[in-house]
Amino acid sequence: MAESVERPLPAPVAYLLLVRMWSRSAWQYRASLLLTGLGQILTTSLDLIAILVLYSQVTLIGGFTLPQTLYLYGTTRVAFALSDLVASGVETLADSIRLGTFDLVLIRPVSTLAQVMADQFTPKRFGKLVPAAATLVWALIDLPLHWTPARIAVCVGTIVCGFVLFCAFWVLSGCISFLAVDAREVANTFTYGSEFATEYPLTIFGRPLGLALTFVLPVAFVTWQPALYVLGHPDPFGLPGFLRLASPAVAVVFAALAALAWRACIRRYRSTGS
Amino acid sequence: MRVYLTAARLSLRRHLAYRSSAAAGVATNTVFGFIRTFVLLALWRQKTVINGWDAADACTYSFLTQALIAPMGVFMTGTELGPRIRTGDVAVDLYRPVDFQSWWLALDAGRAVGSGMLRSLPPVLVGALFFPMALPLSPLRWAAFLLCCLVGYLVSFSLRYLISLVAFWTMDERGMAAITFAVGFFCSGMILPLTAMPPRLDSVLQLTPWAAVIQIPASVLFGTQSGGLAYALAFGLAWALLLLGAGRLLTGAARRKVVVQGG
Amino acid sequence: MTALPSQPLPDRAEPPTNPPTDPVILAEGLTKVFSSRARAGRLRRERVDFTAVDAIDLRVAPGELVGYIGPNGAGKSTTIKMLTGILTPSSGTLRVAGYDPQRDRVKLARRIGVVFGQRTTLWWDLPLRDSFTLLQRLYRIPPARFAENLAFYTEALDLGPFLDRPVRQLSLGQRMRGDITAALLHDPAVVYLDEPTIGLDVVSKHAVREFLRDLNLRTGTTILLTTHDVDDIERLCSRVVAIDHGRVTYDGSLEALRAERDLETVVRELYSRQGV
Repeated sequence: MAESVERPLPAPVAYLLLVRMWSRSAWQYRASLLLTGLGQILTTSLDLIAILVLYSQVTLIGGFTLPQTLYLYGTTRVAFALSDLVASGVETLADSIRLGTFDLVLIRPVSTLAQVMADQFTPKRFGKLVPAAATLVWALIDLPLHWTPARIAVCVGTIVCGFVLFCAFWVLSGCISFLAVDAREVANTFTYGSEFATEYPLTIFGRPLGLALTFVLPVAFVTWQPALYVLGHPDPFGLPGFLRLASPAVAVVFAALAALAWRACIRRYRSTGS
Repeated sequence: MRVYLTAARLSLRRHLAYRSSAAAGVATNTVFGFIRTFVLLALWRQKTVINGWDAADACTYSFLTQALIAPMGVFMTGTELGPRIRTGDVAVDLYRPVDFQSWWLALDAGRAVGSGMLRSLPPVLVGALFFPMALPLSPLRWAAFLLCCLVGYLVSFSLRYLISLVAFWTMDERGMAAITFAVGFFCSGMILPLTAMPPRLDSVLQLTPWAAVIQIPASVLFGTQSGGLAYALAFGLAWALLLLGAGRLLTGAARRKVVVQGG
Repeated sequence: MTALPSQPLPDRAEPPTNPPTDPVILAEGLTKVFSSRARAGRLRRERVDFTAVDAIDLRVAPGELVGYIGPNGAGKSTTIKMLTGILTPSSGTLRVAGYDPQRDRVKLARRIGVVFGQRTTLWWDLPLRDSFTLLQRLYRIPPARFAENLAFYTEALDLGPFLDRPVRQLSLGQRMRGDITAALLHDPAVVYLDEPTIGLDVVSKHAVREFLRDLNLRTGTTILLTTHDVDDIERLCSRVVAIDHGRVTYDGSLEALRAERDLETVVRELYSRQGV
């Protein structure tokens, strides 16, 4: 009993407590919350309209049909919206380092990452999830696929691994804020850029960039590689088939990398300071 | 008039000081320029000419509009006025012996020029290294483009100013701003060029004020604007005057009902 | 708020590693060097070192109330940041409440309380009470203990009238009282207060001072106070540590300091560099 009280509050519990506080704060401005949530739904939907507009002119983009692209778009967007919901509090890190409020994070007896991820949480982020999930459902209905258990497992796995990868990207983008406080926009490139790039078939980037997005910045493993498996599509770059099931490994590696980088950054902050 | 020029100059100097964040912004705008270009090229690869634009025009459009994001305030969901209303600091501005709207126009114009100087050229230059570009050589065309940008900027400012004013009534303009941002982003041609949209959608979107911010200056530069420069200017100015007038009326109403938070 | 209720706070348990006779803060040769890269010529960059805290020795016994004074930039907040584990010392040894602040930052966090005079730790849009409830969970304060402490501070600091009001509606003085409570609910052994009376009106200043003195007397909480206010030092501190250019320039009792010269003159000299 005494032993358990001496230990710090587990990070997930602290995270949920803080999220609840932020949500209640946001709820004080209900009208604004509703409208910003609606804004998020709109922004996400307009991207979708753009895809539909593209397909109104041609039947294939990068060798993929509309339902296939919608599947890519849907899985990416759902994974990203979930990571945005959970981890995008990291985005405010640069500001709190500059304003010095990050010091307050360090004097609390709970995980720094939990505190930073929960920062400024707002339920408006659910807005991104709505059109994303709707698109995915639409794609699943429209795809002429026979749903084997393996396909279903990979489809669910895509979203889980994509979510973990995007969360790792959020944390790594937070690490950029530690190195350069002005670099918030560069950090955005990392997160929003990888999301944007994975909404479309990777073939549109051509072979060199497509390979870079597979092996250097592995955004191809967010949805592209597992989608090739689910859609039963041959790899346009001719890469070996086992890569299609490599997403979990990549997600684990990047989550570990992000955790290590975060710890290094906290240590560095404490040794240089403001 | 001099007070506004001074305000604009000070605001310009302040924004020119944000060099490192401008560098970060340039990097971001360039990367997104690349992704957008690849998406557009995927379309143009199958239809070589859409509405008079070829692939080089599409690449140019993509990087040019990335360059316009910062000065035109495409991503901005208001002006710097909104936060001042929320915190109550606006009381100081209201008692300044200057015209409120012009004061904020001056400050925002300084910001626009500053970010234009720092952020606009690099994305286009980097883009030109990797993609075919179709920038015109005629100085007249560029002059016309800059004129349209000026008008487009006025439209953008007056829209953002209106959104900021909403805070006087709701104490929080961000909800309103989120919706107008989403609509504006699509209608200005940032997601897809309006000219690449289905003709019927295009003809509707060409009438919104956001068309004057991004699409019309680009079309004027490429020489594909229907109705030419005269139409482009008349269209933009009409919207700018209408929106600035609305802003004026609302400013008066806001002044009368000022509820300054926190006394 | 004038007098404290008579019931004493229950004894707090000291951690076993820290018998009461040991100093609760022990710093030896504590040094912090910031290095930055400054432009030297067109492309070359040179490393520039700045010693913010220069080999400070500091021993604070449990129950002391120490005024830590010095001009802006003298190294006060850098010291506090090292004592709380926010910054890692460049050299020297440091132990606070039996912990090494850098290595055991999270454990130490539950033994210390921090009040930043100009920065609130409370939740702006929520009732004051909610901030306290959150802290109870984050610091794992046993519910009974929490209820007891909250009742005590509510009475001592007269929080009752605004406990259920959103923090953004509180006056500066009310908010400061809320912040002080927030720093104390988990029974810290050491409390750092950074300018706790800044910007307060005379009545609130008086109330805060009275409270801090009583807290120190009654519970034996060690208090380290940085302030620019001569009255704060005069009425509260039994011991004064002055720092300038990262070095301790005076460390002794207030009486000894006063015997030497008039306190106000000393403080004025200390702060004259910055025209306070």
